[in-house]
Amino acid sequence: MRKVAIYGKGGIGKSTTTQNTVAGLAEMGRKVMVVGCDPKADSTRLLLGGLAQKSVLDTLREEGEDVDLEDIRRTGFSGVVCVESGGPEPGVGCAGRGIITSINLLEQLGAYADSEHLDYAFYDVLGDVVCGGFAMPIREGKAKEIYIVVSGEMMAMYAANNICKGIVKFAEAGGVRLGGLICNSRNVDNEREMIEALAAKLGTQMIHFIPRENMVQRAEINRKTVIEYDASHPQADEYRTLARKIEANEMHVIPKPMSTDDLEKLLIEYGLAG
Amino acid sequence: MATVNAEELGAPVIDINAEEVKKELLSKYPTKVARKRAKQIVVNEVAPDGAVPEIAVNVRTIPGIISQRGCTYAGCKGVVLGPTRDIVNITHGPIGCGFYSWLTRRNQTKPPGPEAHNFMTYCFSTDMQDEQIIFGGEKKLRQAIQEAYDLFHPKAIGLFATCPVGLIGDDVHAVAREMKEKLGDCNVFAFSCEGYKGVSQSAGHHIANNGIFTHVVGLDDTVKEGEFKINMLGEYNIGGDAFEIERLFDDIGVTLISTFSGNSSYEYFANSHTADLNLIMCHRSINYVAEMMETKFGIPWIKVNFIGAGATAKSLRKIAGYFENKELSALVEEVIAREMPAVEKVREEVKANCEGKRAMLFVGGSRAHHYQELFQEIGMETIAAGYEFAHRDDYEGRRVLPSIKVDADSRNIEELHVEPDPERYRPRLAPEGIERLAKAGIELSGYEGMMAEMASGSLIIDDISQFETEKLIEIYRPDIICAGIKEKYAIQKSGVPMKQLHSYDSGGPYAGFKGAINFYREIDRMVNSKVWKYLKAPWQEHPELAAKYVWE
Repeated sequence: MRKVAIYGKGGIGKSTTTQNTVAGLAEMGRKVMVVGCDPKADSTRLLLGGLAQKSVLDTLREEGEDVDLEDIRRTGFSGVVCVESGGPEPGVGCAGRGIITSINLLEQLGAYADSEHLDYAFYDVLGDVVCGGFAMPIREGKAKEIYIVVSGEMMAMYAANNICKGIVKFAEAGGVRLGGLICNSRNVDNEREMIEALAAKLGTQMIHFIPRENMVQRAEINRKTVIEYDASHPQADEYRTLARKIEANEMHVIPKPMSTDDLEKLLIEYGLAG
Repeated sequence: MATVNAEELGAPVIDINAEEVKKELLSKYPTKVARKRAKQIVVNEVAPDGAVPEIAVNVRTIPGIISQRGCTYAGCKGVVLGPTRDIVNITHGPIGCGFYSWLTRRNQTKPPGPEAHNFMTYCFSTDMQDEQIIFGGEKKLRQAIQEAYDLFHPKAIGLFATCPVGLIGDDVHAVAREMKEKLGDCNVFAFSCEGYKGVSQSAGHHIANNGIFTHVVGLDDTVKEGEFKINMLGEYNIGGDAFEIERLFDDIGVTLISTFSGNSSYEYFANSHTADLNLIMCHRSINYVAEMMETKFGIPWIKVNFIGAGATAKSLRKIAGYFENKELSALVEEVIAREMPAVEKVREEVKANCEGKRAMLFVGGSRAHHYQELFQEIGMETIAAGYEFAHRDDYEGRRVLPSIKVDADSRNIEELHVEPDPERYRPRLAPEGIERLAKAGIELSGYEGMMAEMASGSLIIDDISQFETEKLIEIYRPDIICAGIKEKYAIQKSGVPMKQLHSYDSGGPYAGFKGAINFYREIDRMVNSKVWKYLKAPWQEHPELAAKYVWE
């Protein structure tokens, strides 16, 4: 089983990209589990067709110790197994601790066991690496392979660089590696070149460039992935391509995070050159 | 750990140069650590005007050093508020913080009757679990308050924040306000005393002082009977100390309105602003309340010390002197004359056994100073001393207050802005009165600190480490060391008797006249015990089998 975590700046499109790509893998016949690591619990909405999902932590709170795997798993599009970690309301408690508890519980319950015959486990993690709890999927080897969703916007690139610092920190202990950057285009000038350059500087690759397309939004309003909503649309093929590239990817590296100065230089070079 | 040699035990070591010792203590440290510790280890030198060298204190302990210090929560809940019997003190946190701060200082209390509230025998905690950490603990805290209220109907409930509460952002003050309003007849107040807040427990004392002053002091304006009304601040009734002091107050006819906080109750605090004099025992933990009461209500304070028979007599005379009353003075003299013969008898007897022996005191924020008196009375010398959490004024005297640098760590602890109460501010002394007292040698708001009363050439060490303690034992082989539970067994293992001054082990009281007698006897028993020479097993001294390695 390959354990993959998707990180990136808040609002960059991690959940959308993850679910659309997972739909592509599922279409290829792969058995995938998606674990949403966001207190908002909206990481599996498109795969489940908007079905309200009871989160691991809510279940744990209501049922006590006596939790069954079936209480917290739902099956979505094309057999994808969906789990939402859940967490506190904004402004209270510790969501990071919630993710730790939730992943530990999934392990105890055997969600990753061989008998599940999973090909992939995907973690969709909230925002930047804000504290220890959110680094849980890359700590202790819960996830071995990281993809960072990024765009040509400055703050998204800052966040990507920061996440790389987190990966370096855990690379030795947990064996986690960076698989590449996924550019979710915002139609910024020179975006493709800039992200390719960023990837090169970080010692990785831009694994795919997803063009901006309104179809994604339309599918989302209908609570579906693009592949499910309009299988023949060119955007669906973009996600299929990304799924194939991830499946074939063998470039797993420890990234080389950039200094803030170097990062800004890169931005000026590509941003102004356009 | 130093190896123990039976012949060496108690062997007098003469002419140890303290500067050389300091050098040796520092020699093992990395350069940066040594530079910092060099400012915290000082060889005492008392100038004719009482000035002493500057010592760096109340700064962060260097990580990796085994420190004696406690945490902010311990200072707030454990030390200052813990000894009050009728406030339900709820620890908001995982269970350990509440449990290990429960009566570990052996604070005693005597409720006025069998029906009177005494919650000190209970340990209240919200027992936070994973669920509260993740989803927030305010709900469970509210439930705990309600449960305590329903069970006991206390007059007051105090809430104490532990480390995780600060991290997850539970608003303990909002919960306190809400529950106070809901319950109606119960004062609920909270303390943001997360353990990590200060450099030591000292921050917790300050937070406790602020809270008790803001939420309790001044709530009850009833003026009680009594000609000489006093409060006793910074006396925590360890081993029954407060009972002995109260006995003396009764005998000389002064009325104790409130003690902060040994053998005390919520109502005493609420009424404490009606007293006419504040006595400060432990300057470090409680001077904030005294200062604020003076500013807001006009009550002056004097420093006293009831540890040591001589110090007790001096303190009683100081009280009588403050009130400028002949009858009171006569009563004080009468009581001193009555008590001293019994003290003297034991003192002479014990002194014969203890004369010339040497003590080291590394404890507290006032105890390392106060107990030197007791040792002196039986002819023992304090060759090294230091506090765990004191500030420069406790070492060098309040004369250095204006020159104390306020660093970021101290700024982290709220300093209340207090103003004279528009109705209740009443200066107890006219300017002529203050002058008259000064002439009579009664200094208001004064504390000379520990160093001025110690011999030149003695070692002063702040926040001593375990390594330094072991080194000192090796070099000086003192006859006794006074510290706390964390140090106790390491010291005893090196063959030196150790007396806990946080909890008194199982002894006490040591305050006042009767306390002095108890302490003399206890120290005599400890320093003259033959047990230490059995520390090595016979076969370690005289092996029956001896062998050599072939290459030797």
